Amino acid sequence: MENLEQLVQDGLAAVAQADSLQALDQLRVEYLGKKGVITQQAKTLGKLSAEERPAAGQKINEAKGQVEQAINARRGDLEETAIADRLARESIDVTLPGRGQDLGGLHPVTRTLQRIEQFFAGAGYSVEQGPEIEDDYHNFEALNIPGHHPARAMHDTFYFDPVTVLRTHTSPVQIRTMEVGKPPFRMICPGRVYRCDSDMTHTPMFHQVEGLLVEKNVSFADLKSTIGEFLRVFFEKDLQVRFRPSYFPFTEPSAEVDIEWGRNPDGSVKWLEVMGCGMVHPKVFGYCGIDAEEYRGFAFGLGVERLAMLRYGVNDLRMFFDNDLRFLRQFR
Amino acid sequence: MKFSEKWLREWANPASDTQTLVDQITMAGLEVDGFEPVAGEFSGVIVGEVLKVEPHPDADKLRVCQVAGGAEVVQVVCGAPNVREGLKVPFATVGAVLPGDFRIKAAKLRGQPSNGMLCAEAELGLSESNEGLMELPADATVGQDLADYLGLNDVTIDVDLTPNRADCLSIRGLAREVGVLNGLNVCEPAIEPVPATHQDVVSVALEAPAACPRYLGRIVRNVDLSAPTPLWMVEKLRRSGVRSIDAAVDVTNYVMLELGQPLHAFDRAEIEGGIVVRMAQPEEELVLLDGQTVKLTADTLVIADHSKALAIAGVMGGEHSGVSEKTRDIVLESAWFEPIALAGKARHYSLHTDASHRFERGVDYQLARTAMERATRLLLDITGGEPGEIVEAISEAHLPKAPQVTVRAGRLNAVLGMDIERERVDDILAGLGLEIISREGEAWTVRVPSYRPDISIEEDLIEEVGRVYGYNNLPVTQPTGSLTMRPKAEALRPVAAVQNYFVSCGYQEAITYSFVDPKIQEILDPQREGIALANPISADLAVMRTTLWSGLVKTLGYNQNRQQSRVRLFETGLRFVREGDRIDQQPMLAGIVAGSQLSENWANGRRDADFYDVKGELESLFQLLGVNIRFAAGSHPALHPGQTAQLFLEDQPVGWLGAMHPLVQKKLDVDGTILMFELFLNPILSGYVPNFKEFSKFPEVRRDLAIIIGNEIAFADVDRVVRNNAGNRLTALRAFDVYEGEKLGEGKRSLALSLFWQHPERTLNDDEVHELFDGVVSALQKELEATLRS
Repeated sequence: MENLEQLVQDGLAAVAQADSLQALDQLRVEYLGKKGVITQQAKTLGKLSAEERPAAGQKINEAKGQVEQAINARRGDLEETAIADRLARESIDVTLPGRGQDLGGLHPVTRTLQRIEQFFAGAGYSVEQGPEIEDDYHNFEALNIPGHHPARAMHDTFYFDPVTVLRTHTSPVQIRTMEVGKPPFRMICPGRVYRCDSDMTHTPMFHQVEGLLVEKNVSFADLKSTIGEFLRVFFEKDLQVRFRPSYFPFTEPSAEVDIEWGRNPDGSVKWLEVMGCGMVHPKVFGYCGIDAEEYRGFAFGLGVERLAMLRYGVNDLRMFFDNDLRFLRQFR
Repeated sequence: MKFSEKWLREWANPASDTQTLVDQITMAGLEVDGFEPVAGEFSGVIVGEVLKVEPHPDADKLRVCQVAGGAEVVQVVCGAPNVREGLKVPFATVGAVLPGDFRIKAAKLRGQPSNGMLCAEAELGLSESNEGLMELPADATVGQDLADYLGLNDVTIDVDLTPNRADCLSIRGLAREVGVLNGLNVCEPAIEPVPATHQDVVSVALEAPAACPRYLGRIVRNVDLSAPTPLWMVEKLRRSGVRSIDAAVDVTNYVMLELGQPLHAFDRAEIEGGIVVRMAQPEEELVLLDGQTVKLTADTLVIADHSKALAIAGVMGGEHSGVSEKTRDIVLESAWFEPIALAGKARHYSLHTDASHRFERGVDYQLARTAMERATRLLLDITGGEPGEIVEAISEAHLPKAPQVTVRAGRLNAVLGMDIERERVDDILAGLGLEIISREGEAWTVRVPSYRPDISIEEDLIEEVGRVYGYNNLPVTQPTGSLTMRPKAEALRPVAAVQNYFVSCGYQEAITYSFVDPKIQEILDPQREGIALANPISADLAVMRTTLWSGLVKTLGYNQNRQQSRVRLFETGLRFVREGDRIDQQPMLAGIVAGSQLSENWANGRRDADFYDVKGELESLFQLLGVNIRFAAGSHPALHPGQTAQLFLEDQPVGWLGAMHPLVQKKLDVDGTILMFELFLNPILSGYVPNFKEFSKFPEVRRDLAIIIGNEIAFADVDRVVRNNAGNRLTALRAFDVYEGEKLGEGKRSLALSLFWQHPERTLNDDEVHELFDGVVSALQKELEATLRS
């Protein structure tokens, strides 16, 4: 049995020196396997008396246990080292940029349009579309702007032929919507419009949003709340809004809407014109076959680029259509 | 329209300062663009008198003058050509400060002492005129402060009137507004008829009475047009932005500004026979006051004599018949022209005059005689002369009638959203000059005055009441009405989903003009002709786009020229194509990609985007939209013949994807490998609503195979043969490797495929799969001459 102790001592020493999991496995086989040197000691039990056997057997088991424990402990150590090595090997520079696609961005006009559409959709307005090459009837005539009307001169119209134009405003969509539907109406129409004018503050194409509400009982006071609420929501500011009498052939009464935009040096409010609106003109209802005695309505129109310029501090209208990436990327 | 505040206050003078007045009329709907002092800021300038003028001993162009006006007569050196003895001029004394903080000090000019400065208008900020000294009237009080003498504590107000408010294109009309806004009476100048002193008259014939139902002519003989226009009139004109010309022109302009009636003065000697108001004869020519010769069109109303056209009615006079220094006898015209007859005429001849501006918008049709009397009196006061009788030709039937309009209290209150007191309505209507002819029950009926042709229906009156009451005094209420839910098809994806998808794929949205350069479009879409604008803004924005590529390519070039090598853009919007005599306006989605597929950094960006990158992005889009789009090899004039796919939804062509053709690219001068796509938006937005199907719980079996096929055989062909022969349990087919190389031989390529089978109700056994697999292999061999790769 001295031999056994020696074997255990040898085994423990070998385990302590094993420097890999494979080496450790080999030692296990060598000492504890079926033909392992310690396992083989069991064969000597046969030579012992029945009384001696249990104690001897127990010693062998203890010896096995000792070596096994050492192997397990050593394995634990080696595994830990291996993981630590692996972790060290696998560590990366997490500050390097990630792989893959950069994000693009929506055009600021689209971004603005989406916001406007959301506000009005929330108030029950539908979003309508109409043609951009428009006939004279829908762009002018049915909006109470007959051929001789001086308001036509304000529109700087692009023509294809005497009766076909690029729409100068989104208002014809009002007509098209009312022509095919039945009141009440709550709709907006966002879209491109065109005026034959190009300088620092005009581009020959820009965007408008037209709005129309037709109900049996609607008033100018209702229009005021709708516009005021919209502007405050749009600018996320509790700003003052004022309504200034103006003239559009298709609304009456008509108003231009100014918002408070800073202060003058003398402390008075600086007003900035942002949109036009009014009560639908009875002649417009007439053209659409709606009884102006039964229904009333209000309509409004706003310039999208103008609102986007104010909202985002853009100082040159023409930038919207240069599509310079250095400009566009600021709106993603 | 520009006007002098002081002039307005002669007519209506509310006790408010300039700012308050300006705010008030702005808020009444007469938008004031701004106001500015009628002169620059200066002090120490007085009325001086040049007593003596002597040559400067050492300078040819300078004069040495003795000037009175200050405490004593002083010497001033002056270089103005019009300096002369006896002249009264603005005199900036030593210590004066002129606009721009220019201080006048005693100085020596070429050795001669000079104590002050004689001033031109420009030096006082009165006008741009710097031609010589400002000449003051002979009766000016020497020594008086110039600002006091000229009444310069005044501003010029610039009001931007809407086209319906022609009645406010005069002091008279503006005063009426100020009157009603402040509850003031308007002080009109007394205008008395001027009795004739001779029987000499001009005959007037109205040959186009619908266009000109009223024409007044009056001869004034022996006028002295060398007589200077009085300073007060020159100043009022100047402050209204009108330059003084001569007494006749000044008087007609003055009355136009004061009353709103455009007038004209003819040289009687140039009129043969009498006045005929008629339509122009075809090809008739006229030399206008501005010197240009115009060929008149037959729809142009002219003022003619018995042999020729003298003026375009209501727009501009002719050169020959106008007054000049030689004119002795004049014919004054005061007429009313129908706005519709004059509409667009000035613009047709590229003209825009104060007269045409007013006549097109509508002049008071009862004003002509009053204006004629006013002008005659003013003219006589300046030039002397002998007035004749007024000849008035009139066609009552063609003159507008004063309409009666009724406004119901119920409607008024419902539209404005509040009940306005009846007395307030009375005051507003009356203050506007609307004569209330009945106030029965709950309605007012008014007669509309001749100066308000814009008022003809109930809403017009509601607007007037609301406007004068003040829009901002009206309440604010929430609209009421039933809020019904709107149907929204789930299958139909919004355009915003497409836009947001491309944003997440690294595309920047562009918005380009719908009209494009025909030269660029011709290269990209040679088979279609863009619809041309009749009046384009420029040659490179002249036709409507038939493809969104026209704008995107230009944008690509713009950005590449600004050091942007990686450009990924998309756009949605209409294209415009002619289909027979119809114009189709089709919503499109297009994109353009140039430069590296990913942005350059340590890990990626070394590879340019290629066809398959963009195809993959489109395939994901179609998955998002729920449409099954097929890509087939195609050919398009703008695209690389070997890298062009036409896209189909079932059999309907829905667009193109491809690399830009190298020759096209060269012509368009854009760099790099460029991928482009364009799709019809409407068909691809029509997706589906998901419908759940049971999925198999049994294992999927995979078998791989590699075949060698000819290069002319498309993957789509392989895909078709496999699917036709793999049985209905095939769940997927993937190409996992494509290889071309010398080893395979010329014109060959190898394709490695994975086939997946799965049965819904049981596990497939090896034999079945083996059989299916063999069937696929032999079909590929037979149909596509494929060989198995070992």
